[in-house]
Amino acid sequence: MTVDTLLAALGLIADPQVLIVILFASAFGLFVGAMPGLTATMATALLVPITFFMPPIPALAAIVTASAMAIFAGDIPGALLRIPGTPASAAYADEAYAMTLKGQAGTALGAGVVFSAFGGIFGTVVLVTAAPALAEVALAFSSFEYFWLVCLGLSCAVLIAQDSAIKGMLALFLGLAAALIGLENPAAVPRLTFGTTELMGGIDMIQAMIGMFAIAEVLRAVAATGTRLPPPRAVTGAIFAGQWELMKKYPVQALRGSSIGTLIGALPGAGADIAAWITYATSKRFSKEPEKFGQGHVEGIVEAGAANNAAVSGAWIPALVFGIPGDSITAIVIGVLYLKNVIPGPTLFLNQPQTVTALFVIFFLANLVMIPFGWLAVKSARRILAVPREVLMPIVLMFCIVGAFAVTNSPFGVGVMLAFGLLGFVMEENGFPVAPVILGLVLGPMLEQHFVTSMIKADGMLLGFFKRPIAAALGVVTLLVWGSMIWRGLRALVRKAA
Amino acid sequence: MLKRRDVIKSGAAAATVAGLGLKGAPAIAQAWPSRPITMVVPWGAGGGTDQTARIVGTLLEKEFGQPVNVVNRTGGSGVVGHSAIATAAADGYTIGMITVEIGMMHWQGLTDLKGTSYTPLALMNADPPGVQVKADSPYKSVKDLVAAIKANPGKLKGSGTGQGGIWHVALAGWLQAIGLKADDVPWVPSNGAAPAMQDLAAGGIDVVTCSVPEARAMIDAGKARSLAVMSPQRNPAFPNVPTLKEELGTDWTLAAWRGIAAPKGVPAAVTDRIVPALKRAHDSATFKDFMNQRGFGMVWGEPAAFAKHMADDDAKMGVVMKALGIAKT
Repeated sequence: MTVDTLLAALGLIADPQVLIVILFASAFGLFVGAMPGLTATMATALLVPITFFMPPIPALAAIVTASAMAIFAGDIPGALLRIPGTPASAAYADEAYAMTLKGQAGTALGAGVVFSAFGGIFGTVVLVTAAPALAEVALAFSSFEYFWLVCLGLSCAVLIAQDSAIKGMLALFLGLAAALIGLENPAAVPRLTFGTTELMGGIDMIQAMIGMFAIAEVLRAVAATGTRLPPPRAVTGAIFAGQWELMKKYPVQALRGSSIGTLIGALPGAGADIAAWITYATSKRFSKEPEKFGQGHVEGIVEAGAANNAAVSGAWIPALVFGIPGDSITAIVIGVLYLKNVIPGPTLFLNQPQTVTALFVIFFLANLVMIPFGWLAVKSARRILAVPREVLMPIVLMFCIVGAFAVTNSPFGVGVMLAFGLLGFVMEENGFPVAPVILGLVLGPMLEQHFVTSMIKADGMLLGFFKRPIAAALGVVTLLVWGSMIWRGLRALVRKAA
Repeated sequence: MLKRRDVIKSGAAAATVAGLGLKGAPAIAQAWPSRPITMVVPWGAGGGTDQTARIVGTLLEKEFGQPVNVVNRTGGSGVVGHSAIATAAADGYTIGMITVEIGMMHWQGLTDLKGTSYTPLALMNADPPGVQVKADSPYKSVKDLVAAIKANPGKLKGSGTGQGGIWHVALAGWLQAIGLKADDVPWVPSNGAAPAMQDLAAGGIDVVTCSVPEARAMIDAGKARSLAVMSPQRNPAFPNVPTLKEELGTDWTLAAWRGIAAPKGVPAAVTDRIVPALKRAHDSATFKDFMNQRGFGMVWGEPAAFAKHMADDDAKMGVVMKALGIAKT
């Protein structure tokens, strides 16, 4: 990064439009995150129609800020209602609520704010240093290397599926199947279009995502009409007092949470929620006082609170460098980047260094403004939580329709969104994860493209996938991952039989 | 958001129209346009076609004092948007930017639409492809490259766009023109020129035929070299890159073009006003600066010339696409 690009980037951000966008996106992200049921992914999906009217930099600023804020704000109802605002806060909602019962809601939420910002900044530092370095390496990647990377990404989605690998795999294949539709395949032959011009364009991933993450939630709200949130507890105790002591007491926890969080974020298919579950567990395992966990002990909140925000930053590493999303938020981001003609990939760092640098600066900014804004959100928590869902959900639905229409300027897109919304609702009601569907939809075309082009380059020889050194190494790792998955599956079968 | 902007624009429009009225513009021309015009773009927002359409739209807004709303109808490799332009009402309130693909898609059996399905208004831009190789490639000139292709047909791989796309035809047509087979350089389909240029730099492929503005970033970064351009004249931005004619004596040229068209059967009252307006837009300093800054080639073709250009192009595409075995009709 040269001084020139940094100055150019700062020039892009000093635009009042960008700063105003950050302001509004913060408020929006905090609100969405704090509302139980509305997730950070949904905040991003709802922002898509608004980003249509913005140049690339403010559009990215809106998404980065809103998603970081939403992940923190998910802690608020966790502490005050024992209902996590987003899945990323689920791991320690009980712990935070136990602290509230002891009159330490201020400390719990203060730790949420401070360590969310800490984790977010840590993740950003890794993003700023690792992404350009990786991009430099990735410039030498051809379709062979990308093919294996995509395979690894898809395998991760199944490997990490929390409840059932079979359900994860089914969801993934559903996404891959939807990705087959249309004309944009290596042979440029229309597939599964049933003779319609509209389907030649294929399934738009942004429309599908708005449906799966937002419409599905609207449907759930409709199904649960009449139920109301219990009144939230008051925030007692100071918010920021004592946080410095926590930082001095738990530096290892904060750093460990941030590192694991960034890494999990960078893995395709796993995001902030899984990062929080894993780090809450590591925190307990390595704690000097594990017996205090669950009784209202702040240690786990420090580590997992840092981890989920670190994951948000980490997920951008593969998204920017390879165009492979690290989590469901960046899956939407990739769609927005394409719309803005900011094509993710190693050449992005070469062609538009000022855009990438501006993005990095926005990450720092977003995580810094989290501290004052987070404080405000905690202070006004009871008002936020009093907004009735009957008012909220129609607004969400309206945004979804506008957003889906705006992507392709066609009513057909609204139909696609509604269909995927229904699909997402049915899947989640039956315990199927929806994130693998999106990953399949995003990575499916890449998988096919890189496989077919590699085969043409290698004149049809499969060994071509192992001829280039990096491709060979990636291929061996992929085969090992598949081997271990099959091995685990077989062992489970044998155990069942015995 | 849109609404407010439109209100402001129509306010400004009303003021402009009032101003024109005082100067005593002809009565027929006053009738059109009396409301906003929609310009359909078959390609995504932010791309070259979209940028060109938007600058033309802005210039037309100034001409007519009516908002020109650019609408991107993407997908299906351009089929969706091109259909939207052709099937719109022929009242002059929907126009669109059509591209070189209109002479190609019907050969592949993707649509029945051809250049003749529209009222051509103006040809605005054409970008010829260059022949690009990796910076450290052993081929120093296009003659070296041809010798290597002749020595080992099928060994070198080319890319630049999807299967049967404009740059695929450019490469295959060139090979045919110099007496080689269209598939002596097998085509590796890519999602556009940028990923193909990256793959070239990574050593995954050997040749990329794509337009100069598309190849520019990689050439400027010192990762690729341009050996020749497939145009009658050299590109002013790269004066050291020879033409195919200079190097090999072949007359093969091709270009990706963009033009403005309306649905078939638009009344003459509309074309009589819009064609001169497009000409003024094309000749304006704003348009020139914009195109030069991006390295886009400027050409002008009034309706008859544009129609002839499309017909010639269409026939040329048919020959090459049949040789490649991708034409269905």
